[in-house]
Amino acid sequence: MDKCIACGVCVEKCPKKVDDDYNAGLIKRKAISVPYSQAVPLKYAIDPEQCLYFTKGKCGKCAKRCPADAINYEDKEKEITLEVGSVILAPGFKSFDPSKFDTYGYAKLPNVVTALEFERILSATGPFMGHLVRPSDKKEPKKIAWLQCVGSRDMNRCDNAYCSSVCCMYAIKQTVIALEHSNEPLECTIFYMDMRTHGKDFDKYYENAKKGGVRFIRSRVHTVTPIHGSDDLVVRYASEDGTMNEEEFDMFVLSTGFEIDQSVVDLSARLGVELDKYHFTQTDSFNPVSTSVPGIYASGAFTGPKDIPQSVMESSAAACAATQKLAPARNTLTHEVVVAEERDVSTEAPKVGVFVCNCGINIGGVVNVPEVAEYVKTLPHVTYVGENLFSCSQDTQDKMTEIIKEEGLNRVVVAACTPRTHEELFQETLINAGLNKYLFEMANIRNQDSWVHSDNPEAATQKAKDMVRMAVAKAVLLSPLEQEELPVTQSALVVGGGIAGMTAALALAEQGYPVDLVEKSEAFGGNALKLRKALKGEDIGDYVKELANRLEADNRITVHPNSTIANVDGFIGNFKTELNQGGSKKFVEHGVAIIATGAKEYKPTEYLYGEHDAVTTHLGLDALLINNDPKVEKAENVVFIQCVGSRDEERPYCSKVCCTHTVKSALEIKRRNPDANVYVLYRDIRTYGKREDLYRDAREAGIIFFSYTPEEKPVVTADGDRVEIDFKDSILGRKVSVKADLLCLATAIESNKDQELAQLFKVPLDGDGWLLEAHQKLRPVEFATDGVFLCGMAHYPKPIEESIAQAQAAASRALTVLSIDKIKVSGIVSHIIPELCSGCYGCINVCPYGAISYNAEIKVAEVNPALCKGCGACAAACPSEAPILKGFDNHQLYAQIKSALSA
Amino acid sequence: MENFEPKIVAFMCNWCAYGAADLAGVSRFKYPPNIRPIRVMCSATVSPHYILRAFQSGADGVLVGG
Repeated sequence: MDKCIACGVCVEKCPKKVDDDYNAGLIKRKAISVPYSQAVPLKYAIDPEQCLYFTKGKCGKCAKRCPADAINYEDKEKEITLEVGSVILAPGFKSFDPSKFDTYGYAKLPNVVTALEFERILSATGPFMGHLVRPSDKKEPKKIAWLQCVGSRDMNRCDNAYCSSVCCMYAIKQTVIALEHSNEPLECTIFYMDMRTHGKDFDKYYENAKKGGVRFIRSRVHTVTPIHGSDDLVVRYASEDGTMNEEEFDMFVLSTGFEIDQSVVDLSARLGVELDKYHFTQTDSFNPVSTSVPGIYASGAFTGPKDIPQSVMESSAAACAATQKLAPARNTLTHEVVVAEERDVSTEAPKVGVFVCNCGINIGGVVNVPEVAEYVKTLPHVTYVGENLFSCSQDTQDKMTEIIKEEGLNRVVVAACTPRTHEELFQETLINAGLNKYLFEMANIRNQDSWVHSDNPEAATQKAKDMVRMAVAKAVLLSPLEQEELPVTQSALVVGGGIAGMTAALALAEQGYPVDLVEKSEAFGGNALKLRKALKGEDIGDYVKELANRLEADNRITVHPNSTIANVDGFIGNFKTELNQGGSKKFVEHGVAIIATGAKEYKPTEYLYGEHDAVTTHLGLDALLINNDPKVEKAENVVFIQCVGSRDEERPYCSKVCCTHTVKSALEIKRRNPDANVYVLYRDIRTYGKREDLYRDAREAGIIFFSYTPEEKPVVTADGDRVEIDFKDSILGRKVSVKADLLCLATAIESNKDQELAQLFKVPLDGDGWLLEAHQKLRPVEFATDGVFLCGMAHYPKPIEESIAQAQAAASRALTVLSIDKIKVSGIVSHIIPELCSGCYGCINVCPYGAISYNAEIKVAEVNPALCKGCGACAAACPSEAPILKGFDNHQLYAQIKSALSA
Repeated sequence: MENFEPKIVAFMCNWCAYGAADLAGVSRFKYPPNIRPIRVMCSATVSPHYILRAFQSGADGVLVGG
């Protein structure tokens, strides 16, 4: 594998074609292939079940033709024994196979595809290069329908009674992208039961799709059948009022759900990890990433269906949990790298060495490499030119190290592949030869030349010469860069003493780091103090007490109740924060901060809330249930109204927890008082994931659900001790009236909109007041500002198990800073020349990382290299060219531009 | 103008457009060889000066990818 240069000759020569599973079997690949074009590492592999050499003992063409001698037929599966302290299972899911459902005709009809197949059709690296066509005749479809809940929320035709959580959102996304990709007018329709867009910003996306013309039809589809003599299809479905309808479409997408693969079930059995009836892990709400086996943790879709942000969070949480017990062993098996002493080249004239790579025949087969090498010799300051067959091979690396030393080179240019994959490797070679690693430049004559211009070798050769000349022009102006090292204060500040903050503080303390935990009120526990039971019936009050006891017992944690943040100074690794505790000041030094300031229940101004005793909210009802209030036992009729203050103009988001809270409370009322009539008025029931079981239990317990629309909201009027609720039943199409003894409003969760705190930590809030993470999917607990992390409901409303996972995740990311004693900053950072700066604030305003500050004493802007990410926005914004982006400064860029056009 | 071959200088962000140009190579896409790429760490660093310099030096077009 080390020898493979990813040239693809093997694929060209391989005679065996097989179904390409990455492209859902829509096209063919060869028996030797890369799984997908962005694969890392980019290495080709043989599929032994298909390869003629393995199946028939003949062929061997790939080995004969491979220019790098990288084919090794003996490189077979090996068993490896590792001694580890803990294990994380993240085996993922398998997409539900709808072949067994004859009602949708997936197995027989080519234009009925699964969502994964459609995903590939839309992809630029997919079977049709992103061109939206249907499989049967490659025609552009004009009408596409998505069918939701295929293999989810279904106990009749499969055993997957749970909701797969992600399909509503991905279906909407696919409609939006399909509309973008389609050249023809396209009509997109989604047939759904409940639209479950409960994630951050998801409801806005749903509303935008509606505005963009996507049609949403609440219905369970009966059948999809072919139209005789055409590739088109017809769907039969029942609308909400019970009438049967038929409509024709060109193509159907089945929004298939998640399943756990049998091999994962077998693996769990071997490990003794207990699974639930759906084969997801059996976890409790307070330990979301633990399994039944101590030391074995789980994350991702294996613990229950979930989307990417939640999976990424859970994986960081699992990393935190898995290293907790192993903390004392941290850094006990690490080695120090011995580095060659760096040569001072500051007084030397530039001596540029250029290595032109053939990359086997990848470059050499198109570009005339000897001609390029000859040309390069004529360039100023070039004192050495060599040709390599494979520059990246170990023996060539060693040879290059020797040449750099022997020839006394002080700048190195490699003309080969891309710096994005190989810069680091060649920089290592420079370090080994005693040169500063920033005295290096690459010319990308493979990915951006020979590979894309193979039909025009002459022009490719000219382009290669130009690119090497440009690289040399820049290299001559390179200077050695220093990588500053900053000490790290190895302790944390956690702001907010709710469940998330307490969990994060305990996680860090148990990993061995001191923590200061700040809470604005007297008591720790936040909203959880008012909640009754978690998802699986665990008592929340008991858990909060347990957490508080653990906080108190841990001498690494200093608690600061009744305290607020007055000021924050510093940056990653070096914060100094001022606390205000009842008027008195306190200072805390810390390396990282975790913001877990929570959210609050919205107090409604409608439905007689605050005016009538029978009307309460979820927290009010939980208090009644906790105190065994006779109101509950005596109630004849209980009504819940969902989405009170959520999904409206003022708060255009779903509060995520209310549907589950309602079904849980409704079930409890039914348990205590089986004769009570319980009604739930909802817009979409969003009991996502395994919560769907509770919704089913509720229906089975006789709780009655009515849907309402925001245009026809229920009307509440007082009627003595009771309230009368009038609403329209969409199935009967008639007005219904209920006199309720208890009306529970499932009210929104609101942000604290703590602008001041956000500004102190230099972190952003979104339009709804939630903390805005660095990247919704890939960095869900971090900010663009380094060293500051977030978790809990300050990020978005979420149930306790997700708050806990996110808190563990934030602790895990914070540990990546706390566990090192010095931060090594990149050499590519901006520096502002004070003599040129007029202090206009232009750079400060454009810096996205808050890395530039104004030094009032000398009246100039200054860059903090610890925060600078080297984007160079400051350099472009400055009218006086005062900032220099080291390694990409203006002189170097101008030289490159001039050289590009000097042929 | 029939045989006119424009000279285009392309400033490409290391994190996106430059990576995309690499991927075009991995995918063996074909495009005309008239572009001379310059890698930058963010398209935000491409000041108007860069673009003007390119035109002054004889470029027929400038592409900023980011």
